[in-house]
Amino acid sequence: MTTLQNREAAPARPLGGTLIEQFELGLDAPICLTWELTYACNLECAHCLSSSGRRDPRELSTEQCEAVIDELQRMQVFYVNIGGGEPTIRPDFWHLLEYAVNHQVGVKFSTNGVRLDAERAAFLASPACNGYVDVQISLDGATAEVNDYVRGPGSYDTALRALANLQDAGFKDAKISVVCTRQNIGQLDEFKALADRFGATLRLTRLRPSGRGADVWDELHPLPHQQRELYDWLMAHGENVLTGDSFFHLAAFGESLPGLNLCGAGRVVCLIDPIGDVYACPFAIHDNFLAGNLLDEGGFQRVWQTSALFTELRSPQTGGACSSCQFFDSCRGGCMAAKFFTGLPLDGPDPECVQGYGEQALAGPREIPAASQDHSKANPTRNQPVMLTLSRRPDELSLPAAPPVSACAENPLAGFDPASLDTLPGGCGCSAGGTGKACC
Amino acid sequence: MLDQAWQLSPAVALRPEPFGALAYHFGNRRLTFLRRPELVRVVTALAECDDVRSALLEAGVPEPQWAAYAAALDSLAQADMIRPREGAA
Repeated sequence: MTTLQNREAAPARPLGGTLIEQFELGLDAPICLTWELTYACNLECAHCLSSSGRRDPRELSTEQCEAVIDELQRMQVFYVNIGGGEPTIRPDFWHLLEYAVNHQVGVKFSTNGVRLDAERAAFLASPACNGYVDVQISLDGATAEVNDYVRGPGSYDTALRALANLQDAGFKDAKISVVCTRQNIGQLDEFKALADRFGATLRLTRLRPSGRGADVWDELHPLPHQQRELYDWLMAHGENVLTGDSFFHLAAFGESLPGLNLCGAGRVVCLIDPIGDVYACPFAIHDNFLAGNLLDEGGFQRVWQTSALFTELRSPQTGGACSSCQFFDSCRGGCMAAKFFTGLPLDGPDPECVQGYGEQALAGPREIPAASQDHSKANPTRNQPVMLTLSRRPDELSLPAAPPVSACAENPLAGFDPASLDTLPGGCGCSAGGTGKACC
Repeated sequence: MLDQAWQLSPAVALRPEPFGALAYHFGNRRLTFLRRPELVRVVTALAECDDVRSALLEAGVPEPQWAAYAAALDSLAQADMIRPREGAA
């Protein structure tokens, strides 16, 4: 996508209406944006939505990052979510953190905890961060077994060690960020207990079929009855649990969940990736949702305010196939990225539509879009999750007739047993069988 | 409240938006939306006016709406977005 050369004369913007209606028309600057500092990561989570692993050689330099922070300060973006990859493995991460805080740009950063030793935890709790830094530790299982299955061996221990370090240093109110999956929906109470144990706040977000998530979405996304379980749990505990407002598709169950029930892509949120590309949302790293690059003339402000893609996202959208559904006003058709990466039309139902329209759509003809980039490690390392579990042979598979032949047996007749032909006439298969005549 | 002197809390920044403004409190990190340009004018005028009444006059708010504006200012005060001005009556 390219940016417009000149900003077209925008139609007069209607005032009044609900806040949601105003948000859908876009803001002069994002309320909050996600900034991924690097594609490099020590882990290789199976569902990584940015397909991270290897650093991109074009990643922004320290000076370029400082310039981005300066611009965010000018635009009065009061808060950024920093992520990756694993942002803390950038050598200048701690410098940039302090730089942002000193320029009135608050930071919440997401980490797997690998660099949060006692010393860093003390720094985060110190006046240098001025209480203006939030730390979010990713954990996708309340037990090592469930977590490490998707995040890789040892990642549970790393996360818990980081949480303990933060608590010991006196850092208040860390966040435990959980991507809800088929395997961990049943652990919601355990997650809450874990958060309470560390004086942390629980944050639950939706699994998106973005990045490597596309490869495992079929296996990991919550089943319909689990969506209900999640909704009921959030209705009961929602006030004390963060969600990044990511479950607005569940609003079609009835009562809306707390938070913004709207897709904020390109309207109130966006994503800056490690090379300065600006995408509509953190879950839509794909050429179709690329609005421009902040290194080009006009910087981030021009991309945000005048790019063709964002202008389009802020124009009135049609509900398409969903507009006749009585719940459309609640869920607004669900998540754009979830639809796109499962090959569904953007003006149709969400693949996890709780009214069941998603399943119907998924059963129809669709083509899953090819990824437009991949920073996954070229070769697997020992941190790669192995998504295999021990299980019994499914009953529906019948037993093989005989054990397999050894791989070393090179004879083309390996495994052939002439005796198996005994049931045939003559034992050798020829027509002379058993009549006393000479056979072949 | 109409006779009191108020001001924007020192920890709050106002960001103009097409619908009004976004108020961000750096201390408690709360975000509030001022959904009318007139309310933004009132809040901005508070610091230079002797009392809320003159700020409302300066912002051109018609008198029948003053009670509604006072209620809006009251909820902003509860979120520490605006504070009573010290040393004033």
